[in-house]
Amino acid sequence: MKEKLQQFIDAVDDRTGIPSGINHFLMEEIPDSSGWHQVLGSVAMFMILVQFFTGIMLAFNYAPTPGDAYDSLRYILTEVTAGRIMRGLHHWGASMIIVIVVLHMVQVFVWGAYKKPREATWIVGVILLLLTLAYGLTGYLLAWDNRAYWGTVVATQIGATVPLAGTYVSRLLASTGDIGVVTFARFYGLHVLLLPPLTMMLIGLHVFLVRRHGVAPAPGDELKPKKKFYPEQVFKDTVAIFIAFAILFTLAIAVRVPLERMADPTDTSYIPRPEWYFLFLFQMLKVFDGPLEVVGTVILPTLAILALISAPFVDRGKMVKVRQRGLAMGIVALAGIGWGGMTYAALKSTPPQSAAAQIDFSGPVQWMGLKPAELSGVHYYRQENCGACHNVTPGGEAKAGPNLVNTGRRHDQAWMLLHFKEPQATSPGSAMTPVNLTGAQMNDLASAMAALTPDNGDLITNTPAFAADGAALYQKNFCSACHMVNGVGGKMGPALNGLAARRTEAWTKEHFVNPQKMSPGTPMQVYKFSQKEMDDMVSYLFTLPDKVSAQ
Amino acid sequence: MPRRSFYSAVIVGLNAIMGAALALPTLAYLLIPTRSRKKSDFVDAGDISQLTIGTPVEMSFQQSRIDGWRAVTEKRTAWVVKTAENKVVAYGPQCTHLGCAYHWEDASKQFVCPCHNSFFSIQGAVLTGPAPRPLDRYVTKIENNRLQVGALKPSDEAKG
Repeated sequence: MKEKLQQFIDAVDDRTGIPSGINHFLMEEIPDSSGWHQVLGSVAMFMILVQFFTGIMLAFNYAPTPGDAYDSLRYILTEVTAGRIMRGLHHWGASMIIVIVVLHMVQVFVWGAYKKPREATWIVGVILLLLTLAYGLTGYLLAWDNRAYWGTVVATQIGATVPLAGTYVSRLLASTGDIGVVTFARFYGLHVLLLPPLTMMLIGLHVFLVRRHGVAPAPGDELKPKKKFYPEQVFKDTVAIFIAFAILFTLAIAVRVPLERMADPTDTSYIPRPEWYFLFLFQMLKVFDGPLEVVGTVILPTLAILALISAPFVDRGKMVKVRQRGLAMGIVALAGIGWGGMTYAALKSTPPQSAAAQIDFSGPVQWMGLKPAELSGVHYYRQENCGACHNVTPGGEAKAGPNLVNTGRRHDQAWMLLHFKEPQATSPGSAMTPVNLTGAQMNDLASAMAALTPDNGDLITNTPAFAADGAALYQKNFCSACHMVNGVGGKMGPALNGLAARRTEAWTKEHFVNPQKMSPGTPMQVYKFSQKEMDDMVSYLFTLPDKVSAQ
Repeated sequence: MPRRSFYSAVIVGLNAIMGAALALPTLAYLLIPTRSRKKSDFVDAGDISQLTIGTPVEMSFQQSRIDGWRAVTEKRTAWVVKTAENKVVAYGPQCTHLGCAYHWEDASKQFVCPCHNSFFSIQGAVLTGPAPRPLDRYVTKIENNRLQVGALKPSDEAKG
């Protein structure tokens, strides 16, 4: 049997050379000092392969045009089995690659492995780092939600500040005016058509160069007998890859990547923010203001890239021991501190996104279609703790009171109101205590109960607190008398659906406090809300659907 | 060499775990049907009081359908046969062989598919030709003399 297998392998080798090629690759001689510190290159390569794979999988269910892109991604997240895992792997993989590639570079730098004759390997590595960042930049837009859109607006505006070339950078990315369909097509083309083959070629070259010069030996290691790549180093690489993969997989399953509201170029209240690894650039815009802006956005990054590329030519000293290279180590430390500091400052100084902007549209959103009275009823359902005795999901655990999923079909509003006031009058023998609410509040609660169906019962539990509380406040102040929401209300004031596209949250808050200042002549009166009430009310109004869907 | 074989075993084992961890979600992603959002409802296809019993008529209607991430509304047709007062059968307009459009021939009282000469009776049964099963049928109901059309199903399912 074993003999036969060997014969077969020999026959394949005669004809293709593949088995001896693999053998040659695995039996590469590496320095005696090789070990755990040299696993990062393999990990980076593995992670890129995972990105290729998950990217192709996502492309199988993704339509690369604005609008459809968003809908198809939402389809992947909400309807395709394991779609959320697939996107999670691709999203978190992107961030992890940045970390791993930078650690790989730091390791190579600290060990002095970029020095003569390995300059070319190093330069190809720097280009690969830039390509990794280009993937992040172009991939960010492809979700086509508000986060993607506004993050890209900032990034392309940074590109436009490049002296002389800025105009052409903008034209190349089709980002001269607004970010639109052409920009999207360019970003998609770069992300899936140009960058992957380029990466593959450069990784091939990178690995070829590593093999050509051999893995860099540690100081004093040059003359020791060599060892083989397989199995010890392959084992260490595999363990490191496995750890990285386990972290990635855990992130993909445990940390939900939200999908925000679909990209809205008119949403002036959105606070743009790029992906975390570009935050330092974002912060540069604040440090270098006005005419100096170009220093932070272009000159410093360009100098940094040039410094990286020229490192092996400037630093020609033969010594590779860390202690003898104080200046080089100092520069690495300084770069790390600078990057970390800028990122931290950016995180600190960026105001938190409003509750309305953070809604995850790949999660349950049925509550957005509710009428104010129904949504307000959810607030009272929770306030009165109805859930202690009633269940609202089909087939949920049995509780003291009946399951309410079908209550709207069985009973009318009058029955419910009587049931709230005198439970035993409608349901003899019921252990329910009377509901302690005003008539208007009971009406809202009855509306919410009437809106329940077996398909949407979980909206009682998944409606965000700010929306239920905001709607209750909206009802309490009789806003419906003048304003229309989801097809209900008066026409004296403007309809409030689509408010997010017309106004900012700050404007709206000010409008409650001082209507005459914001809209002179308005019949709207002054509303004095507490801080929490104001936040709930405005967040609620800003999550209203732009268009009222015909039910 | 026990250390050497330990290394090999770990390399193979960890790669197998990672392969499985990627392969299982991928198979689920590609092969498990998506969670459907809406069951297709009945749509109005028109008045059937004027139809003659035993004479098939092709009727068209607008039916909406979930197509991946899109909800599309498209024109569909059905061959509707009135079998008795207030009773109709609505056949899907495609031959069960390869999906060609068939038509009714009044002279021979048969549904004829021109592509590969499949012939169906007015009950939808295959008379001759390569068609593997009787004509598919829409789920139907009649409200106030108007035909309501639901999902298209194989004839045995639609009947039962």
